[in-house]
Amino acid sequence: MGESIKLFYNVDGHDFVSCGQASEDVKRTLKNIGFPPEVIRRVAIAMYEGEVNMVIHAAGGVAEVEITEDAVRVALKDSGKGIADIEQAMAEGFSTAGEDIRELGFGAGMGLPNMKKYSDEMKIESTVGVGTNVYLTFYI
Amino acid sequence: MKVSEIAEVLNAQILCSADRAEATDIKSACGSDMMSDVLAYVKDQGLLLTGLVNPQVVRTAEMMDIVCVAFVRGKRPDRGVVDLAASKGIILMSTPERLYTACGKLYKAGLGAGS
Ligand SMILES: Nc1ncnc2c1ncn2[C@@H]1O[C@H](COP(=O)(O)OP(=O)(O)O)[C@@H](O)[C@H]1O
Ligand SMILES: [Mg+2]
Repeated sequence: MGESIKLFYNVDGHDFVSCGQASEDVKRTLKNIGFPPEVIRRVAIAMYEGEVNMVIHAAGGVAEVEITEDAVRVALKDSGKGIADIEQAMAEGFSTAGEDIRELGFGAGMGLPNMKKYSDEMKIESTVGVGTNVYLTFYI
Repeated sequence: MKVSEIAEVLNAQILCSADRAEATDIKSACGSDMMSDVLAYVKDQGLLLTGLVNPQVVRTAEMMDIVCVAFVRGKRPDRGVVDLAASKGIILMSTPERLYTACGKLYKAGLGAGS
């Protein structure tokens, strides 16, 4: 695998049914390339939590994925309401999600901590009223 | 434990991918209504027991390589969710038992929580 592979996805913010499709496609792609299962699992889980966040907190966005020989880089970008206090948002159990979201099995405040746990590097850029970019890097 | 045996213990009806029930062996299981907890703590449990029936349960199963989902309290997902699981070869079943009882019955029958 000389050149890097670049993938791009639109994550529909009004479609809770299709949410997760981008992560599934990345998982499939990495499997076909022959990435180690442990890395594939980490990428799938972290990216999926990111996708869910874009749908439940930000009305959708885009996911950009770059796969190289030794790393997977995922950028999740949305134009949602933004995060006022990133440190607070990163805390386990912190969530602004309502009862409607919790009834669907999310909103436990574990998404961002999960993304941190499963990635090797994580960076969040967010401006209230403008949007949020989350960058995840995974190394083999 | 074979999925077919699990269905028997739970008195459950298999909703899709039934052709795999005999050949699929489950080594450990987990029960939760919080998908983020499943994503955080599940390691290699092949079976998820849950009271939720929305499509994200199947997505979560897919991410975690969970091969079988048992819906408790007689719940049944709608057609779209069943089709989604079928397309991934994930086995779905519905049991009249409550979550606690379903987990207890399987545990007693020898299916542990794994690592
Ligand atoms: N993309 C996003 N846009 C706006 N707010 C977000 C985004 N992602 C996360 N947040 C905020 O950070 C909080 C914590 O996120 P997370 O850990 O994923 O927990 P949960 O999604 O269960 O609420 C959310 O409740 C929300 O307030
Ligand atoms: Mg979240």
